Amino acid sequence: MFNQYFQPNDILIIYPELLLALFAMGVMIIDLFLDRAWKVLNAFTALVGIAYAAYALYRLKSNALNLSGYNHAILNDSFAIYFQFVFLIATALVILISARYLSIEGENRGDYYALILLSLIGMNFMVMGIDLITLYIALELMAVSEYILVGYLRTNRQSNEAAMKFFLLGAFSSGILLYGISLLYGISGSTDLRVIAQRLAERPSHDPIALVAVVTLTAGLLFKIGGVPFHQWLPDAYEGAPSTITTFISVAPKAASFALILRIFIVGLKPLETSWVPVLSVVCVLTMTLGNITAISQSNIKRLLAYSSIAHAGYLLLGLIAGNEYGITGIAIYFLVYAFMNIGIWTLVVAMRRKDLIGDQIQDMAGMIYKNPGAAVLMLVFLLSLAGIPPTAGFIGKYYLFASVIQTHHYVLAVIAVLNAAISLYYYFRVVVVMFMSEKTDEEKMTLSPGVLTSLAVTLVFTLLIGIYPEPFIRFAQNSLSLFQ
Amino acid sequence: MPRNYIPILIFITLAFLFPIVTLAILRWVRPSVPHKAKLSPYECGVDPVYQPRERYTVRYYIVAILFVVFDVETVFLFPWAIRYDVLGLFGLMEMLVFLGILIVGFVWLWKQGALEWV
Amino acid sequence: MVPLNYFLILAAILFSIGVIGFVMKRNVITMFMSIELMLNSVNLTFVAFSRYIQNLSGQIFVFFVMVIAAAEAAVGLAIIVALYRNRESLNVDEADRMKL
Repeated sequence: MFNQYFQPNDILIIYPELLLALFAMGVMIIDLFLDRAWKVLNAFTALVGIAYAAYALYRLKSNALNLSGYNHAILNDSFAIYFQFVFLIATALVILISARYLSIEGENRGDYYALILLSLIGMNFMVMGIDLITLYIALELMAVSEYILVGYLRTNRQSNEAAMKFFLLGAFSSGILLYGISLLYGISGSTDLRVIAQRLAERPSHDPIALVAVVTLTAGLLFKIGGVPFHQWLPDAYEGAPSTITTFISVAPKAASFALILRIFIVGLKPLETSWVPVLSVVCVLTMTLGNITAISQSNIKRLLAYSSIAHAGYLLLGLIAGNEYGITGIAIYFLVYAFMNIGIWTLVVAMRRKDLIGDQIQDMAGMIYKNPGAAVLMLVFLLSLAGIPPTAGFIGKYYLFASVIQTHHYVLAVIAVLNAAISLYYYFRVVVVMFMSEKTDEEKMTLSPGVLTSLAVTLVFTLLIGIYPEPFIRFAQNSLSLFQ
Repeated sequence: MPRNYIPILIFITLAFLFPIVTLAILRWVRPSVPHKAKLSPYECGVDPVYQPRERYTVRYYIVAILFVVFDVETVFLFPWAIRYDVLGLFGLMEMLVFLGILIVGFVWLWKQGALEWV
Repeated sequence: MVPLNYFLILAAILFSIGVIGFVMKRNVITMFMSIELMLNSVNLTFVAFSRYIQNLSGQIFVFFVMVIAAAEAAVGLAIIVALYRNRESLNVDEADRMKL
């Protein structure tokens, strides 16, 4: 049955994704036969699927296979495998905190987990693809699943509106991105990023069509990571979406979009570097500054974290602008760290949700140190990490990113980035002040489900461990340097 | 080469001529008795009571959405059908997997009751 | 044969109409139609290039764009139906539960 279009090797390369797809369909079908009380089994099925896929991925990493397959459309190099591990970790943590939250919201159904797994498959292919067709399909698989998940609370108007805004702007940005892709295809006559890079290098550097292609591609991709001036959808989507989904989309899809950007810019558009580095530098400064300054005036914790995540996208762009080994390692380690610290803080926001309390105002945390001292201390650790204070993991990520731009002599960018990190301290500490200094408003304590407890334990341990003993994690992150080969 | 297209040209000309000629002949043959009632919409002889552009139920949208999804997927069947002999057993397997995934989705929809017209 | 530039200019015009429509219109369905127009102009670009450089990838890409556009349309319309059930209006300016 094998022929020139299909080799047995091909199926081994995407084996983890095949497993995930089987489990996604399995969850949907099993859900049909489950009683209301047993819906929590769906979360277990999904977790088993992720564990199985992680094991398959680990086997793939240790076997010396030919990593290119499907007629060179897929390249499962160590860059791709590293990012897939990050996605698997983030998704597993999100599923852990979902079951209790969904039953409080009264929407505990199996398709939620199926959609998360499908989105995960899309993200995995986004980092594996080296062909624009594969990359586009993967991007849309991820995005379409997210549109549905953001609007998952069908009877909640806020969730509907968030989904509508997210969908309209997401589809619009895909259209812009696609126009850029079509022009690149026209210039190079191929959809393979490596061939595109060769053809672009042969052409004159100030080719108008190539410039239009770069501008549209950049705009479309910046939408996905929420870079200024394409960030307006992000706070609304984050606020309106179910909190567990906000946790998910603030970490994994952001990492996937960034990996896609790295692949396209570092592999495909390297010959046009002189035209995109200045544009991205401006975007980077605007994104950091606007994200941090707007976050200061927020009273809703979800919106505050949304603007903080815009600012973090700005820091991450530093690594791409540097474009050297330090920068890429920085982006890779930052996303590993970001997965733990951001999911940790969002887990606490999810845990604030009670039957009678939405728990997304900063004031809802007043006096948390008296009611839930453990949660308050955890929150403090995660906030310190987000701000990048030394004993925590956030410092390692920021250190690598800032150092990378200093290496490439972008001193102005480095100074602006450090100033921004100082501004961000202010609003992170505003939350701390409310938690530790204000009087409590009610007596009711948080109840933590086993899933939430597990997630908090894992995120806390890694946030501190990466901060104190970073060497093994940095070696792990340096796997992503295969991008340059 | 252009000679092959002459039958099509003749066909197009005939297709255009037929309605024009028939309408012209009928106009010449038929009696003409204009009346106001003849221009109103047909409602079994009763005067129409509301506008014909009525709002209709949202269920039509749901059926339309499902139709769009399942209809467009067939676009992948055509290239496979044309190159069936080249793709061989591999192509058949691949297509069965594709259709299998669609069927899982269909079964799920059915069980969810999305196809029932309540 | 019609020169390649004609197709590209037509596609660029269609794309711009789509972008302008998306930015100017306030009705969700109209905005959605503008997006579809943009996608179709992309399809035209792909097919024109594909024919001009005698390479099939562009046409394959068009297949996938069409199918994904249909999937997006299904999800988008479903979101719009859910929104309409809760709110009875399709004007995006009234989607103001969250401050900007």
